Amino acid sequence: MPTISVDKYALFKELGRNYSREEFDDLCFDFGIELDDDTEGQEEPAQLKIEIPANRYDMLCFEGIAMNLRVFLEKQQCPRWQLKAPENGELQTVTIHKDTERIRPYFSCAILRGIKFDKARYESFIALQDKLHQNLARQRSLVAIGTHDLNTIQGPFTYEALPPDQIKFKPLNQSKEMTGTEMMAFYEKDKHLGKYLHIIRDSPVYPIIYDKNRNVLSMPPIINGDLSKIKLETTDVLIDITATDKTKVEIVNHILVAMFSVYCTEPFTVEPVKIVSEHNGESRQTPDLTPRPTQASASFINSVCGLSQSRDELCNLLAKMCYDAKPSPSDEDALDINVPITRADVLHQADVMEDAAIAYGFNKLPRHFPSTSSTVAAGLPMNKLSDIVRLEAAMCGWAEVMPLILCSHDENYASLNKSDDGKAVKLQNPKTAEYQIVRTSLIPGLLKTVRENRRHNLPMKTFEVSDVCFKDETLERKSRNERHFAACFYGKTSGFEQVHGLLDRIMLMLKSAFIKKEEGLKNPEVAGFSYWIEEVEDATYLPHHAAAVYVRAAGMTSRIGTLGMLHPTVLKAYELPFPGSTMELNIEVFL
Amino acid sequence: MPGARGPVPVPTDLTTEVLQALETTDPLLTATSLPHVAQADIKAALDRLASRSMIEYDTQDNEVVVPTAEGKQIIDEGSHEWKVWDAVKREGRIPIKELANFVAAESAKVGQGNAFKSKWIKKDVDALVPTADSVEDTTRLTLQYVQAHSTFEDPKVSKDYLKRKLVTSQKLIAYTVRKGPKYAKEIPVEVTDLTAEMLQNGSWKTANFKPYNFSSRGILSTGGEPGALHPLMKVREEFRRIFFDLDFIEMPTGRFVDSGFWNFDALFVPQQHPARDLQDTFYVSDPAEAGRPGPDVDADQALESMERRRNIFTRKSDQQQEDAPKLDYEKYYANVRAVHETGAFGSTGYRYPYSDAETKRLVLRTHTTAVSTYCLHRLAANPRPCRYFSIDRVFRNETVDATHLAEFHQIEGVIADYGLTLGGLMAFLEGFFNELGITNLRFKPAYNPYTEPSMEIFGFHKGLNKWVEIGNSGMFRPEMLLSMGLPEELRVYGFGLSLERPTMIKYGVSNIRELLGHKVDLGFIQSNAAVRLDKD
Repeated sequence: MPTISVDKYALFKELGRNYSREEFDDLCFDFGIELDDDTEGQEEPAQLKIEIPANRYDMLCFEGIAMNLRVFLEKQQCPRWQLKAPENGELQTVTIHKDTERIRPYFSCAILRGIKFDKARYESFIALQDKLHQNLARQRSLVAIGTHDLNTIQGPFTYEALPPDQIKFKPLNQSKEMTGTEMMAFYEKDKHLGKYLHIIRDSPVYPIIYDKNRNVLSMPPIINGDLSKIKLETTDVLIDITATDKTKVEIVNHILVAMFSVYCTEPFTVEPVKIVSEHNGESRQTPDLTPRPTQASASFINSVCGLSQSRDELCNLLAKMCYDAKPSPSDEDALDINVPITRADVLHQADVMEDAAIAYGFNKLPRHFPSTSSTVAAGLPMNKLSDIVRLEAAMCGWAEVMPLILCSHDENYASLNKSDDGKAVKLQNPKTAEYQIVRTSLIPGLLKTVRENRRHNLPMKTFEVSDVCFKDETLERKSRNERHFAACFYGKTSGFEQVHGLLDRIMLMLKSAFIKKEEGLKNPEVAGFSYWIEEVEDATYLPHHAAAVYVRAAGMTSRIGTLGMLHPTVLKAYELPFPGSTMELNIEVFL
Repeated sequence: MPGARGPVPVPTDLTTEVLQALETTDPLLTATSLPHVAQADIKAALDRLASRSMIEYDTQDNEVVVPTAEGKQIIDEGSHEWKVWDAVKREGRIPIKELANFVAAESAKVGQGNAFKSKWIKKDVDALVPTADSVEDTTRLTLQYVQAHSTFEDPKVSKDYLKRKLVTSQKLIAYTVRKGPKYAKEIPVEVTDLTAEMLQNGSWKTANFKPYNFSSRGILSTGGEPGALHPLMKVREEFRRIFFDLDFIEMPTGRFVDSGFWNFDALFVPQQHPARDLQDTFYVSDPAEAGRPGPDVDADQALESMERRRNIFTRKSDQQQEDAPKLDYEKYYANVRAVHETGAFGSTGYRYPYSDAETKRLVLRTHTTAVSTYCLHRLAANPRPCRYFSIDRVFRNETVDATHLAEFHQIEGVIADYGLTLGGLMAFLEGFFNELGITNLRFKPAYNPYTEPSMEIFGFHKGLNKWVEIGNSGMFRPEMLLSMGLPEELRVYGFGLSLERPTMIKYGVSNIRELLGHKVDLGFIQSNAAVRLDKD
């Protein structure tokens, strides 16, 4: 969630009163934003750090927070933004070239006339663009904004896409002209811009905006030209917006003009720009400031909120949330609603309903639970089985541990003297080498836990019952979890018999009878479960000190696990100076 | 020796000495009769005897003063001032500068002033001359008295002597010992425990039992360390019990790996949502990609086995069963696509080009809501009220710190019913958290791509004296539910919290790594008390 820093007393002035920390905290809470911090006494002027829900792009700046809270507190109505063509009626024009389809096809534009900046407004204007770039625009990949002093450039304008070497201009705050290619090298290490270069770097053409005299306005999404830079004294601002997302290009336009047209000579007016884009049928005037008409059902809102408000009462509630709502003249349940241009987050009448609930007060809603259900309780069979094993192991004096499921490749394989069997799920983008794969064995986690508890009394007897994960191409998710039980003895002696004893005990508790291998093979019809162990070669364990565990049930024999005395090289790999033994079983056969 | 049984001979030691001394001297003063025995040893011996009622004793707590090393030197040689006077008198006249040649430097420094004050000597130009022929060295006499009597003759001067570090005060504990009701000259043979043999031969009737030490710790009978369940699993068990008490079915969460479709798209999380960034989500490089969404046989089997009992109450006629809608995964996929790309079911949608490849990307599930989604879609075949929960591991590509790990446990609950209200969700959550002993809740409007309304749940933490966020909740969006084919009137609550966070708050654990993972202390696991969330 974005956090916005606003001048505390400037905001209180807008709200018409001062608030104590607790009072303002409550106001934020009711409205659904969160006061993170108040820097009173730490900086001048004091700032309020306010967390904004990720979909409320209309509150990413001081102007938006102030406006929304003023409307919520019924100190003003939601503004009605209007288009205002220049006196002579001649609109500025931007012509879109077809080549832009190869890199960044969508374009939108607007002009704010007679804007009055001061330091705070100017900084807020820059910060809003930055916040939009970070959030909605996904680091400028979807949308990029350029703002220009209209009096330094001359329309008509063109939006083109050209090979980088044919582009040459003086980028913002630089003294030298550079080509597109040179700029890629120049900004490579730039802390701020370097991260955006990849968006266009390898494209044969770069997006570029020119004025009538071939002056460059900007090379989106990287940088503006120095010529058209806006300053505190700038009065007429041209906003260019380029995008790869047709919906978001207009959302960004709406937010920018809605927030800053308040400072225009005639507040809340915006000068439209004519876009000529014949190749894709996108010729139009931007922005379109018409609120989006929609309908919501009063009975739906009342029913979900548990209220019985009249349609007029609901309309009043919705007005506090910036909607222009009226009872529909043609449908006695419907509300005719105009969704303002600032509220791109409203997708469905469910969103309208939530806003009505916020305006009413979440915490004041009647606590009514109209249950018609007849449900039963049931535990997952796999977890029931696990709990049996867990409790029995604990009753035998073993301590349950809970290591992590992600581990390094080596921990799962090389450190256990195993080579990669290709069965593990591998991660594409871990931040550290600690997490490379999803474990296929519980043993690494047990050994790591023992290692971290080296100072604990010996012997240490630990166990875990949890899932490991294997690739499985036959399934939709190409992998499956498997429920394992593992135990580790670690002490002055290897404790092999103790691990073996735990196995016997768990098998007894799972009604699995101990038999000799020959018996198991001889009497396939023996009812219930039976098990035997037989020596096996396993590099994790000392030779001749490892056994496979076989279970026979319903005529089927399956090898469910292994136990053994840990090989000294395994102990060394896990930095364990004393001997130990482990066992690991797949318990799903008992499900 | 712990565990030793039967008669144990008592060794001759200090106790015998005390008993024998008492024979002739009653009461006995340890300060005079046993002056050289360490106080702790005397106390141990007396306690042993007193616990057997063989003696009784009182304790005297005395403050005594004893001369320091410097004080002792004065007792032997005389005070500094006396030494100065003595030297001056012997010489008749000593130039001040040369005094140090006649007495020790320390005496010259301290003694000169005191000798002046006592008017024993005086200054004559630049030399010292005696004024008294004989003097009484009070300092020495006082210290001699202290040495003999451990106290001052005149208590008023004690402060001055303590300050001059000539004496120091010590605590002296002494005991007055008297014979007790069971006094004897020596401790009789004792038995430490009742044995089978004693029962057989009847010797228990006359046996002298050694008193049990009720102030020491007992012995754990396992012969080693106790077995233990993990603290986090114990908290998990409490949560499960609450869910079962409230008639919830546990969802099958046996898939760490899930597809972009189930983990995000089906939840109406747009494909450009920041949660889907590489920064936040673990993507899988091997295996390569998921198959088309379809039934998960393992999950269905588990759900069927659990819901069998439910069918007792909702038995449908054969005809009804036949008429029930069939699950159509292809239609579901098309609906999800439409609601993102062009809008559907009364929603404008996000209106962006929907990528099939994105739906197939395999991820480590970032929430168990992916499983809830599967279960809710399954409900479309037989829409009905139901309650589901799960508690299992989820994964986030987080930078690890004191409160974040790349994996943690999510507790999730889902309630589907007709005509549900938002206030009803609050009422439910108040009841649910009440089971955990959290009684004061408030709800903050919030944003979540798959719920609308969405509420963050805050509880007042008395220890921290502030509101802390304890969970998230909401009603699933129509875009998500209607795409599944669920009827419009069936509304669904969802709520979730982590298992670790309430546990950390409840038990004052400040670092999540002390609770989950291989760095957890085994001692902590073994000594963690039983979890009773409603009582703690």
